[in-house]
Parts: sequence; C-alpha cells; structure tokens
Amino acid sequence: MRDRVYRTEAVIIRRSDVGEADRVLTILTPLGKQRVVARGARKISSRLAGHIELFTHATLMLAIGRNLHIVTQSNPLERFDRLRTDLERIGAAYYAAELVDRLVEEADENRRAFALLLATLRSLDAGAAADLTLRAYELHLLDALGYRPQLHICAVCGELLTESTDRFSASAGGAVCPRCAIADRQAPPMSLPAFKLLRYLQAQPPEIAGDLRISPATRAEAERLMRAYLHQILERDLRSLAFLEDVRLTQHLAEPDHADTTGMRRFAQGDNDDSN
Amino acid sequence: MVGSMHTANETQILTEPVARLIEEFSRLPGIGPKTASRLTFFMLRAPDEAARSLAEALIALKQQVHFCARCYFIAQGELCVVCTSPARDQRLICVVEEPLDVVAIERTGVFRGLYHVLHGRIAPLEGMNREDIYFDELLDRVRTEPVEEVILATNPNLEGEATAFHLQRALAPLGVRITRLARGLPTGGDLEWADPGTLSSALEGRREL
Ligand SMILES: [Zn+2]
Ligand SMILES: [Zn+2]
Repeated sequence: MRDRVYRTEAVIIRRSDVGEADRVLTILTPLGKQRVVARGARKISSRLAGHIELFTHATLMLAIGRNLHIVTQSNPLERFDRLRTDLERIGAAYYAAELVDRLVEEADENRRAFALLLATLRSLDAGAAADLTLRAYELHLLDALGYRPQLHICAVCGELLTESTDRFSASAGGAVCPRCAIADRQAPPMSLPAFKLLRYLQAQPPEIAGDLRISPATRAEAERLMRAYLHQILERDLRSLAFLEDVRLTQHLAEPDHADTTGMRRFAQGDNDDSN
Repeated sequence: MVGSMHTANETQILTEPVARLIEEFSRLPGIGPKTASRLTFFMLRAPDEAARSLAEALIALKQQVHFCARCYFIAQGELCVVCTSPARDQRLICVVEEPLDVVAIERTGVFRGLYHVLHGRIAPLEGMNREDIYFDELLDRVRTEPVEEVILATNPNLEGEATAFHLQRALAPLGVRITRLARGLPTGGDLEWADPGTLSSALEGRREL
C-alpha cells in the first residue's frame, strides 16, 4: 500500500478516546475542520501524546487512511502553557474551541476562523480578560462565517442606528431601532454601554479586547446578549457553558468579594429574564 | 443504535441469535461492527463450554461486584479490599479517574493510603461536568473522615489537569493538604498505561498544590 503523507498546520479543538489506546482528534486547519486519529496516543510512552494535547497549535504530519487520516508526527508551534494552569482560561479555551467546532463544517475552508481561534488562544494565554476576549472572538467569528449580528443598522428595517437604540433581538439578527422595537415586544432591552461595547468589539481587531476597562454589569450584559444570539443560531447552548458557570460559582465561593464574579452571578441569575 | 444495526433482510440471513450477539458486542467500548462479527463467529465455533463460561462470568460480574460505597473502587462487599484493610493509612486519599488507575498504582506497591475513584474526568466538550463524576462525594469524605492529605492523581493531560484544578479549588477551604503527582509523568498520556517505576517515582515526588 502506498503511504501518502502530507503536512498541515492545525489547532486541536476536540479529543476523545477510541479503542485500546487511540485518540480521535478534531482539528481546525486553515482549510477547515477535520477528524483524524492518533494511534497509541493514550500510552504514557507515546512520543505523540504530549504533542497533541487539546488547544495545541502544531504542524501535523498526516497519512491518508482508509477512513480517518492518521497523525504520524506532531511538531508543536505553540502550547499555551499558561492558559493550561488556570481554570477560567481552560474554560474559555473549551468554549472557543467548541464554538468554532459547532459553527464550521468539515472541510469548509476558512482561514479567518483559524486565525481568530489562534489569536484568542494567544490572548487567553497572555492573561487578557477572558470574557472580553471571548466576546470579541464571538463577534469576529460570526462575521467570518456569515452570521454577523447587525449593530450599525436596524436588523428589521435597515435604518441607521442611533444612541437611542435600546433593544437587541436575537431572532431579528441584531439591534433594532426604537420604531421597530415597538412592533417586536419580544426583543430584550440593551443598555447603551453594552450596545457601544459590542459595536466597538465588532469594529476593532480582536486583540484589543483584553485591554478595555468595562464595568462588570456591562460585561455580563454583553455576554447575555451574545448568548441569546448564539442560541438562536446554534439552537442550543454550548456544552462548555455549564463548565464555565461551575468554575465561576466555585470562584465566587472562594472569593466572596470578587467584583467580577458578582457581575457574572447576576448574569447567571438574569438568565430567566430572556424567556419572559 | 439498538435494533437499527442490521436490516430485516440481513437479520434473516445472519439468523436472529447471530445478529443479536453482534449488536451486543458492538455496544462495548472500542469494538466496531467488524470486530463484533469476528467475536460472534469465534463464539459460534467455540465449544459449548466456552460460551457457557463467558455467560456465567458476565452474570457473576453483575451479581457479585459493584462499586465500593466509600471510594467507588470495585468491591464484592459494601466496601472494597482497600477500604476494609486495617493496614491502610486512613489519613491519605489518592484520587484517580478510573478503577484501572487504582490497579496501576497498586502494582507499584509504594502507596499505603486509600483511594477515591471519580469514574471519569471533567471534559465539557464530551458533556462530562462536575455532577457527572464522584466529585462532591470526595468533598464529603474529606469533611467526615480523618483525612490529612489528598493526592490528585488524575491523568497528566489537559482534562486531568483541569479536573485537578477544580478539585483543588473545592478542597482548599476544607483545610487539607493537597498534592499532585510529580512532573516525571510525560504529559498527554493516561495513568493506566504508566509503568510501575515511573508511577512510583511520580507518587514519591508529589508536590504541594
Ligand atoms: Zn427598524
Ligand atoms: Zn473502597
């Protein structure tokens, strides 16, 4: 049998165990998403094992297999070691990986999505505020994949939005003008700071997100709005949200006066408001 | 999956008992339809005694073995052999992901404390969260038993590390010493596959978290 091998740059976004000691990896490459198998990768002696950890950015050598292609070698380019030692950042990386996994189809070329995931992992690793980094990632990824939320013109009538905008309708596809808001009573309210934050994050390069100084309440609101929007597109919540919330709750127990987590908890409780 | 693996036609050709056994085997982890068929035909050709012995072993497994009420390792009584042994150090709990990790650590012969088997690890993308493993049960044990040190021996990969961090955060307010296996274990692998030498040095060189 001819052994055809090729090289690709990839980020490992998902991993599961199969067989005795193998792992199936979902990788994101500039050419799209792909599922590949790493044989024997659960064995401690495997040279491959340490090089195909979740979220690793690597150059992979792949052999064309009958079903899944087989990882024969991995040369890590970035391991994001700092990210791996912090529970909030691990949770954020899980979320970033799951979001792109859910939004990108297999073999669907998207260099921008690949670059965005990498930039997000770099920001998280460098210590940027995890929630703002994720908001910027969501907005830019949605744009790259054709799901851009409307934040400059009304999602219903197309009229230019002004500072009097105070509603965000996930089902309409973004912010709505006051006139259309009267017609769509389902649209949840949006404060001016949250509106401005989302617009700013959408317009600026994602790397700036971590440097912004934004109140916890506004951050929590931006998260709630984006979650409603993503829920509309994905038709269900991401699995990593349960983990992120659990991590926040335990952090809250450990540090009861932490300003950030108070905002996050308010957000978690305010969840019910969406359905009303 | 049940009943959907073979079409009515295939079942007729295979006969119902063959189709059924193939289906049963395919439900086992790591076994695909091809291996399941091979195992089924192996059993068909094997002496009656081999099939009876396998069936009896399966029934005995489910009738006589369950998980220890205290540490969730396998047990024949209410508690496992480790928990009932008077020789084990009650002040030390080693936390592992799977029962087979207990077997791997016991093989080293260096650990004399108790265990706590989580039966999994936190892996959000596979839908495994805190409440899907014996996480809070460990906290209860630390609150009620004379525990002085908890060794977090989850796998040296991202999911195992994340589980360890999460446990550490939850255990910290309980005032117990928390340690993690030494870095000697190469990252990315599963504990189950570690050789006894590497594992015992990782245990002996464990460090405070
Ligand atoms: Zn309008
Ligand atoms: Zn026990």
